[in-house]
Amino acid sequence: MYLGKVIGRVVSTIKDQGLDGRTLLLVRRVPNGPVVVAVDAVGAGAGETVYVCRGREASFAFKPADVPTEASVVAIVDTVAWGDRPMALQEDSTDSGPAGGPDADKKDEL
Amino acid sequence: MIIARVVGNVVATQKHKAHEGKKILLIQPLDLQNQPMGDTIVALDAVDAGVGDRVLAVQEGFAAMTSVGHTESPIDAAVIGVVDLVELA
Repeated sequence: MYLGKVIGRVVSTIKDQGLDGRTLLLVRRVPNGPVVVAVDAVGAGAGETVYVCRGREASFAFKPADVPTEASVVAIVDTVAWGDRPMALQEDSTDSGPAGGPDADKKDEL
Repeated sequence: MIIARVVGNVVATQKHKAHEGKKILLIQPLDLQNQPMGDTIVALDAVDAGVGDRVLAVQEGFAAMTSVGHTESPIDAAVIGVVDLVELA
């Protein structure tokens, strides 16, 4: 899985029956990764930080329904803590997190 | 399997039920010099690893699901060991 930010959604009328009633979300891997279309399993919306499951396992989020997907949003992330300290998930946050952490250069963009 | 460093704990209230009761870790893959390599990964914890630990992780569904005891669930990565030592020949 990986962390991502929901940046939009996709509407499709003509699609596989297995996708009927499902929400298709556009998710960018944070901080500046590729964008994928992922089927929502948890009710996520635009602007939220989530994590995405990839591969065949993604379709297991909807069992017993058979949903033809290779990417699913399986959780809405509240916080990511580095040790005891919460990491900022919003770009406009002033929480700078721990200096010099393994991913210190990425935190501001999460 | 890959060697990675645990760099964070992910907290999510709203999540798939297969992830409930499991620790969710943010891990950073490492190269053989222990330098960060590539993007971070979200993995479920099967061995009670913590931030700072160097760990063994799988990025394949069957292995990940088996390690945390949930088959047919949306899990594609798991931490399955804590590395004590890496010996290069």
